[in-house]
Amino acid sequence: MIEAISNSTERREMVINMGPQHPSTHGVLRLELVLDGEVIEQVKPHIGYLHRCFEKYAEEMGDYAKVIPYTDRMDYVSAMNQEHGYVLAMERMLEIEVPDRVEYIRVIMAELQRIASHLLGIGAFGLDLGAFTPFLYLFTEREKALDIFERSSGARLLYNYMAVGGLMRDVHPEFKTDVADFVKTFRPKIKELNDLLSYNKIFVKRTADIGVIPEKVALNFAASGPVLRGSGVKWDLRKNDPYSIYDRFDFDIPVGTGEMGTLGDCWDRYMVRVKEMEQSLGIIEQALDGMPDEGDVTEAIPKRIRPKEGEFYVRTESPRGELGYYIVSDKSAGPFRVKARAPSFVHLSMLPAISKGSLIADMVAIIGSIDIVLGEVDR
Amino acid sequence: MIEPFGNIHPLLSIVVHAAIPLTIILVYALAAIWGERKIAGFIQDRLGPMRVGGWHGWAQSIADLLKLIQKEDIVPKDASRFLFKFAPFMMFAASYAAFAVIPFSSAYIGSMINIGVFYLLAVTSILTLSIIMAGWASNNKWSLLGGMRSAAQMVSYEVPTIATVLTVIVVTGSLNLMTVTEMQSGNDILGFLPNWFIFQNPFLIVAFIIFFISILAESHRVPFDLPESESELVAGYQTEYSGMRWAMFMLAEYADMLLLSLLGATLFFGGWNSPFGDFMGGPVWGFFWFMLKGLLLVFVMMWIRWTLPRYRVDQLMHICWSILIPVSFINLVLVALWEMIF
Repeated sequence: MIEAISNSTERREMVINMGPQHPSTHGVLRLELVLDGEVIEQVKPHIGYLHRCFEKYAEEMGDYAKVIPYTDRMDYVSAMNQEHGYVLAMERMLEIEVPDRVEYIRVIMAELQRIASHLLGIGAFGLDLGAFTPFLYLFTEREKALDIFERSSGARLLYNYMAVGGLMRDVHPEFKTDVADFVKTFRPKIKELNDLLSYNKIFVKRTADIGVIPEKVALNFAASGPVLRGSGVKWDLRKNDPYSIYDRFDFDIPVGTGEMGTLGDCWDRYMVRVKEMEQSLGIIEQALDGMPDEGDVTEAIPKRIRPKEGEFYVRTESPRGELGYYIVSDKSAGPFRVKARAPSFVHLSMLPAISKGSLIADMVAIIGSIDIVLGEVDR
Repeated sequence: MIEPFGNIHPLLSIVVHAAIPLTIILVYALAAIWGERKIAGFIQDRLGPMRVGGWHGWAQSIADLLKLIQKEDIVPKDASRFLFKFAPFMMFAASYAAFAVIPFSSAYIGSMINIGVFYLLAVTSILTLSIIMAGWASNNKWSLLGGMRSAAQMVSYEVPTIATVLTVIVVTGSLNLMTVTEMQSGNDILGFLPNWFIFQNPFLIVAFIIFFISILAESHRVPFDLPESESELVAGYQTEYSGMRWAMFMLAEYADMLLLSLLGATLFFGGWNSPFGDFMGGPVWGFFWFMLKGLLLVFVMMWIRWTLPRYRVDQLMHICWSILIPVSFINLVLVALWEMIF
């Protein structure tokens, strides 16, 4: 630094490490920033601080069912959706017909988890921009969703609830009323959120026209989920490639509109998440109506897994985007190879392309708006 | 010179005059930190501190203070040792020294000098210097960025602050805060409103709004808390500080908040004057009213902090240079015209 002062006529960039211990890198992301004043000239994301060898573990375990708890730990913010994808892939491989009741419970759980995940994403995004209070309001709501998970599965974060061909155990007796209560109390909170944060002038100023991802860039990087939809592309696997029983529900795909600034800015991505929560509430309501009251959720679980040889890929819409599981089987009891296609990883790779020339404060907003979970990036 | 303690030895008098504001600051800081946490809790639908001391965690700040005293005093290896150690004390000294010209009640002011306002604004400028000192001496890039941001911010926002203070000075014609307060006694406006400057003419309301926005920025409160914005700059210039030195920064910050709020109360809300004329007047009630007005402004600052997001650094400058400064100067001219006509 002393050197920099003595050669003050010479233009020099500052290289600064953002993370792995930085309050707003959402975990253990490290960004190498090259700064000119406060303007970012270069970004280099460094990952791997949370690498837990998911893929190697899956190969070594020698049991398909034992991989499920590990899928929870990939995107720990939306564990239900991670499990859902994996068990769907397994079921396609084993050609298992799953009872209707199981499908409905899975969809309700997945959509509740989507809401819980978006609540965290939105809350942390607000927190990154200095709005502390909305974060806590949203966490109060998230708690209610987690309470439902806890009563059904016994865990609040990493559930290990879905099993190949069924569920680990049936939902708790008051499940339907609990979920209906949640839906009823949560709807007005979205309006409250919009009043407090979404249309707040400072918030709009901080997010509109920032971190713009044009449609073409989003497609080139294979972005998915709210990041892609924020850029105005109507693409949602629940509609475009329906899995499970999503073809039975009626819902919209919210896309970015460029309402506050440019299409594909941070505000659009944020707003897509808010609107998605409303759509999820609609799906949950429809699923509650259609869900059969009786039925054994464990009846279709195979006693022994006897896979056929081959390769299987199933993709699902997790709260962060397209989550794919690619499973290679060699007829043994355990997978030969499991590869997960993690949306956060893809989105993180966009970072250098979209954040050049922005300020440090914008960088924080951009990371918050693509809503990465480092557990999923590193796996 | 008002001398409430009779004829005492000059040296003793200095000690007494130094001790009174210090006591007020320390008691206020402990209460305000606890109060801020309770207010935050109330706004955020939670309880805030509840355990320490029994009743609503009233002893939480004292416990925190005791913890901070015990902490190791870490100086980074490559830091500029003297400046690093000195900066927090200089920052506190700057805001503490400014309390000398604040008229706490009709019977007490630390120093009755005729250039009170000028002195106050000059002394608080040292705050900027100490923040740059802390940011630079830490030899940490985040600290440096925080220090630079803070320098730019405080230097910029001093202009509208001074312009609005000047607006009041145009009306009073005196830089002595005691005189400024005395000019606001009585309840003559519309027959019942007190003669506070905020009620005296409409341009002074505009002046107060600009003044309040500027002091938010001067004391680094949300939405202008950029120098220490924890989600961007870790903790800005405070990043490398620990223990008591960090506590000194916090103390200085809270003291600065109170100082600027009290200045606002003096300039616009009648200082120690009671809102009911002579009723509940007098020196002791005067102190009560003065602190009440100051603390109300502090409360509004806290309220804003827990509601709004933060501005970006260029937006902050934009607000200052292209909105606040032109408006405050136009306002100054209008107030001067108003004073000539009426």
